Amino acid sequence: MKLSVVKTLASGVAALALVGAAAPALASGGAEHPKEVPFSFEGPLGKFDQAQLQRGYKVYREVCSACHSMNLMSFRNLGQETGPFWDPKFKHNPNDNPYVKAIAAEYEVDDIDSETGEPIKRKATPADRFPSPYPNATAAAAANGGAAPPDLSVMAKARHGGARYIYSILTGYVNPPAGLHVGNNQHYNPYFPGDLTSAWHGDHKHTPKGGFIAMPQPLTAGQVTFDDGTKSTLEQQAKDVSAFIAWASDPKATERKQTGVAVMIFLALFAGLTYASYRRIWRGIAH
Amino acid sequence: MSEHESTYVPKTGFERWLDTRLPIIRFAADYATIPTPKNLNYWWTFGGILALCLVIQIVTGIVLVMHYTPNADLAFASVEHIMRDVRHGWMIRYIHSNGASMFFLAVYIHMLRGLYYGSYKAPREMIWILGVVLFLLMMATAFLGYVLPWGQMSFHGAVVITNLIGSIPIVGESITTWLWGGFAVDNPTLNRFFSLHYLLPFVIAGVVVLHLWALHAAGQNNPVGILIPQEQRSRDTVPFHPYYTVKDGFAIILFLMLFAVFVFFNPNALGHADNYIPANPLVTPAHIVPEWYLLPFYAMLRAVPDKFLGVLVMFGSIGLLFVLPWLDTSKVRSMRYRPAMRWFFFIFVLVAFMLGWCGAKAPTDQLIPGIETFQLFDGDLNSYLWLSRLLTLYYFAFFLIIMPWVGLRETPLPVPESISSPVLSGHGSVPTGAVADAEKKG
Repeated sequence: MKLSVVKTLASGVAALALVGAAAPALASGGAEHPKEVPFSFEGPLGKFDQAQLQRGYKVYREVCSACHSMNLMSFRNLGQETGPFWDPKFKHNPNDNPYVKAIAAEYEVDDIDSETGEPIKRKATPADRFPSPYPNATAAAAANGGAAPPDLSVMAKARHGGARYIYSILTGYVNPPAGLHVGNNQHYNPYFPGDLTSAWHGDHKHTPKGGFIAMPQPLTAGQVTFDDGTKSTLEQQAKDVSAFIAWASDPKATERKQTGVAVMIFLALFAGLTYASYRRIWRGIAH
Repeated sequence: MSEHESTYVPKTGFERWLDTRLPIIRFAADYATIPTPKNLNYWWTFGGILALCLVIQIVTGIVLVMHYTPNADLAFASVEHIMRDVRHGWMIRYIHSNGASMFFLAVYIHMLRGLYYGSYKAPREMIWILGVVLFLLMMATAFLGYVLPWGQMSFHGAVVITNLIGSIPIVGESITTWLWGGFAVDNPTLNRFFSLHYLLPFVIAGVVVLHLWALHAAGQNNPVGILIPQEQRSRDTVPFHPYYTVKDGFAIILFLMLFAVFVFFNPNALGHADNYIPANPLVTPAHIVPEWYLLPFYAMLRAVPDKFLGVLVMFGSIGLLFVLPWLDTSKVRSMRYRPAMRWFFFIFVLVAFMLGWCGAKAPTDQLIPGIETFQLFDGDLNSYLWLSRLLTLYYFAFFLIIMPWVGLRETPLPVPESISSPVLSGHGSVPTGAVADAEKKG
């Protein structure tokens, strides 16, 4: 009896393993695998590091947000549980968090005058969304050599490898190998998925991995000064902003994992109880 | 085991009053005590698991609709709104999206169980045929649902699949335009897909009722595959409740644990990252692939060079299942007693997995990297294209050639007279007099 449970489960697991094994095969062609950089929020019990999220937000704000929107993010999100400026003092209304209010107030957003209906500018509140750097996608493309910078709201979920992929792109810019023709407004990055066959003039059996990305290397060492005194290396900035984007992509990840632990414990106890009932009810029945 | 006597006795005045007007309590009580073969193994628990899957999908789906916006400009953001701003919305949405995968995992096990133990054979043909109808409805519902988040894979998947219909001669293009509600996949397409995605689960629920009706008319199959003679019934069956409610219950909880691992710890593992990029008709993803549960059929579609013939092969692979009860010529139901056929069955399972593997690969990819072979017609021999073709061939041969042929040629092992005999005396030690005359057993 036990054996057949194991067999049934094993088949299910085998089926899923096959699916899992097939998934990397779906990843686009010849890019290098993302760098093996560990993050605190990985794994079934991983959590976001709040100091890292604050540093990451600063990198986003001072560098990324010049070109990239985050349309799904509101300032209030920054003060929510597990967010960069979460403070348990304001758990009943995170919008009262003075950091969040102050950050929002640094931005001006479009509105209309409630008396006259005339368009006006006002200071943003925690309820407002992060303003976009460009008025529309066409303007964003026009200002960036034809390629609109993608929205970063769910970027960690929208790329294979998640935060590790983002980190690898940000730290992965290298000089193109000799024999690779790099066009205008293009930059070689071995972690960016693409097909370099047509631009490669070397040995055809060894086309370099990677692709051409329109974004020039965005981060350099010391570009952002961290308020907590952390040394601002390229790797540190890349890691912190990758963590911030991973949090923004899945702000409920911690709640999800914590719920999951409780659910698993409950189901395990329930399974044990049911198995005991099963043994008791079937006792004496040859089968 | 349809014709079992009703043992329900109304106890209260209200029950007696209701019993002569709407005997619904009697119906439920009789249903719960249905005599069920006592040797059902854990492969038989997937029917109950599937019923639960359907309920989970409908309940989570109804809640998702309360927050979702079926509009091409708003759908993507509304799904993210559910994940971010709706209380426990992430859980509802991840249960629903992973629930589709769990549903298919269970249905594939359920179908393979039916195939192995001959559950499609007389007198159970209608159970099987209704099951194939359910499978088709599930595939349609899953495809429609996958379009709703309006991500890149949603959009381009919808384009690829609806274009298949366009390959039907003469009427194809008109049907495609009618499905799209225009001349391309756009907002009207999303709206009608949403409407149909809400409708079909209730159609599924209706066909499930028929599936169960047919099941209880013909009686449950069992791992030995014999019909239970009337005089053996008290020895060979147990009432469904509590014996199978507790056994199914235990299996369901184990299944939910696997489900929970995905929902809570790896909710996007079975999905494709591209579907978190909002749909953009002008940018086509490098590889358009369906969800894992449709990959074997996708591989068969791409194995055929002609588009329309490919569509026929893909639908034929499922259409074939409708006539399966008449393709199997063996008198013995359970492959436990079919020494040759069971090996063809195990190869079939392997082939189905490998077709799924091929479906995830680009057809031109090399099967064994770095080995140069020769061009055979339209593709290199060392490619997933030719592997897919080989596997597709086996898939069809299994039903059309192997099944009728082996059934006629194979000498089955002795089949026990009753369920109790192998249980009491162990496998293989059945007296020779007990060799099955399947004709007599029906």
